Amino acid sequence: MSLIRIRLRQGHRTLPLDSDVPQLPEGFRGRPRIDPARCADGCRDCADSCPTAAIRLDGVPRIDLGRCVFCQDCVEACPQGAIEYTRDHRLSARTREDLENPERVRLAALDERMLRMFGRSLRLRHVSAGDCSACGAELQALGNVVFDLARFGVQFVASPRHADGLVVTGPVSANMRLALEKTWAAVPEPKIVIAVGACAISGSPFAGSPSAGDGASGVVPVDLFVPGCPPHPLTVLDGLLRLLGRIEDGRR
Amino acid sequence: MTAARNGESVAVQDVDSLPTEGLQDRIAQEVEAGRRIAMLFGITLPGERRLVAVLADDAASRLAISSSRVEDRFPSLTPACPQAHYFEREIFEQIGARPEGHPWLKPVRSHQDDYPFFEVTGEEIHEVAVGPVHAGIIDPGHFRLQCHGETVVHLEIQLGYQHRGVEALLEQGPSRRWALLAECAAGDTTIGHALAHAEVVEALAGCAPPPRAHALRGLALELERIASHVGDLGALGADIGYLPGAAWFGRLRGEFLNTLAELSGSRYGRGLVRPGGVALDLSGEAARGIARRLVRARADLEDVAGLFFARPSVRSRLEGTGVLTRETAERLGLLGPVARACGLERDVRADHPTGIFGAVLLPMCTADTGDVLARAQVRWAETRRSLDFLTARLAGLPEGPARVACGPPAPDRIAVSMVEGWRGEIVHVAITGADGRFVRYKIKDPSFQNWTGLALALRGAQISDFPLCNKSFNLSYAGHDL
Repeated sequence: MSLIRIRLRQGHRTLPLDSDVPQLPEGFRGRPRIDPARCADGCRDCADSCPTAAIRLDGVPRIDLGRCVFCQDCVEACPQGAIEYTRDHRLSARTREDLENPERVRLAALDERMLRMFGRSLRLRHVSAGDCSACGAELQALGNVVFDLARFGVQFVASPRHADGLVVTGPVSANMRLALEKTWAAVPEPKIVIAVGACAISGSPFAGSPSAGDGASGVVPVDLFVPGCPPHPLTVLDGLLRLLGRIEDGRR
Repeated sequence: MTAARNGESVAVQDVDSLPTEGLQDRIAQEVEAGRRIAMLFGITLPGERRLVAVLADDAASRLAISSSRVEDRFPSLTPACPQAHYFEREIFEQIGARPEGHPWLKPVRSHQDDYPFFEVTGEEIHEVAVGPVHAGIIDPGHFRLQCHGETVVHLEIQLGYQHRGVEALLEQGPSRRWALLAECAAGDTTIGHALAHAEVVEALAGCAPPPRAHALRGLALELERIASHVGDLGALGADIGYLPGAAWFGRLRGEFLNTLAELSGSRYGRGLVRPGGVALDLSGEAARGIARRLVRARADLEDVAGLFFARPSVRSRLEGTGVLTRETAERLGLLGPVARACGLERDVRADHPTGIFGAVLLPMCTADTGDVLARAQVRWAETRRSLDFLTARLAGLPEGPARVACGPPAPDRIAVSMVEGWRGEIVHVAITGADGRFVRYKIKDPSFQNWTGLALALRGAQISDFPLCNKSFNLSYAGHDL
């Protein structure tokens, strides 16, 4: 009886996704924004403070979302208060270049042939390749009752032979490179690769380390980049569902 | 040896220097007398290599530091003092000085040569190899279970796949990357490692963070602990097929991560702890919001845990599985909930308190059966203690600034900082050179010492118990591999 009572008390917790802008906490750090109008001439304080060299100041100042770890350092360093985080969690892109664009680029879905195959059923294999375990933990959270990834027909599977694609986290450490290559080779064609987190996109804090790599795209062809350190589960979900053509701007 | 305390720095020239054998004898004596090796590592300097030892006297809240010049070979301490075994393997790998007589001198992280796996031979012995890429969302590691029938005779764990070179990157600078690298040492222990780093830098810079910063750091550290412990209980539920536990603990873990996001803007507390204090302050309204949220989460959690621990099907699966004796845990120098589940009373928050824990005592939680059930019970007891702590702190946060400026580290000093992360004792040791930069930055995640505990817990166990035992330890690959 106590089980039933507790079951009722626990309630139904799955997050409805009827809007593409869910409720996130007040201080949630989503897409960062620089207001160039406020920049003082020759000021480099934000770029100099950035731990991952994500800020470019030639031309329009912009933040490379593929390197950004969404910390507070540039916000604190800017004497003009020109940098702020919005709560926009929709960050994913199909190409590395789109992540360097200060405006959000509409994320194109897979082509029609791929959508026919994967649109309603996508099986993924996770390869952790030098991540700090935070990205992996958020991928795991996608499977809990709140995010319930399986309701969209997306599942993580236990073998590359059962998978339609890989999710790679981490900069691809030297000691994981071979394992990643072999896992990728074991996935039947056609297949996709999703790079999750700043490390998997650019190596981020580990870029240039001889023991770590500069991200997944140096090893396998990447179809979807999901920025963040680690990305919020909703950011990963948003990227996946857009890739599968399940959400477009303003509607699902 | 030179006396020190957690979170204090000492001038390098004041550190006691002994001949290698003298240092080894001294460590063996101290360990015999009840002290622990908190850290033992090598350092390569221009023209010489040195060993540095940090011993912890838990009863007296004191540390002792000593160093010794070392040549290509030195007599291994491990036969006399088993808790040195993993440190000596790391020393051999990092500075090339060979501990002669070490019984198990194998790579720690390096994959340059073939790993010399121990082989059990005999009729009907078979081997099961798993990893590095596992059948789930888990970090990579390679496990070889040598079995006789269903019984595990020997488990060998080869790690290093996640090695990113964190220590080397910290030594190169620039300093603006330090805090981020510390956070990424083990991403699920962001607060624990960021705090250890901040305290080591503050000790070197002579910076004293304000009381409000200490309180907010304490909140974040305990939220991280609760989220992880609750997640671990859910993972145990999933592994034994008790799905209400898996689903509800899993959901509640997210509740605590979201609470940490209220505090820091990130579910893992990224960007919060920085030398000098915390980067984000908490408004009174937000603190009250968090307190209300915790009341609701706690009520749900008590329901689920009450159900979980009362279920005969749950208890019978966890009882007597993966037993470690107190003696083994002590000899190996195990840490955190794993050690406390064997009855060892060691917890940095009580033994070597810094920050808020200097003012507020968190009672230690132990169990004595050393099995999966004991590890689960310790996690649940600690969760409740931490919830009490959070509720009390939120009701009376100190006023004032949450951060002060922290200058650069002073030159030619060594500092040790220890933090009780959710897996146990995290240690960061930093040594600065004449220019104030790190000539050595050494990190120890508790997993470094605890992985051997997992291997030994499996001896004589059923191979089908491996996943459950592994979950009950839930050690960090990233924190070990660095």
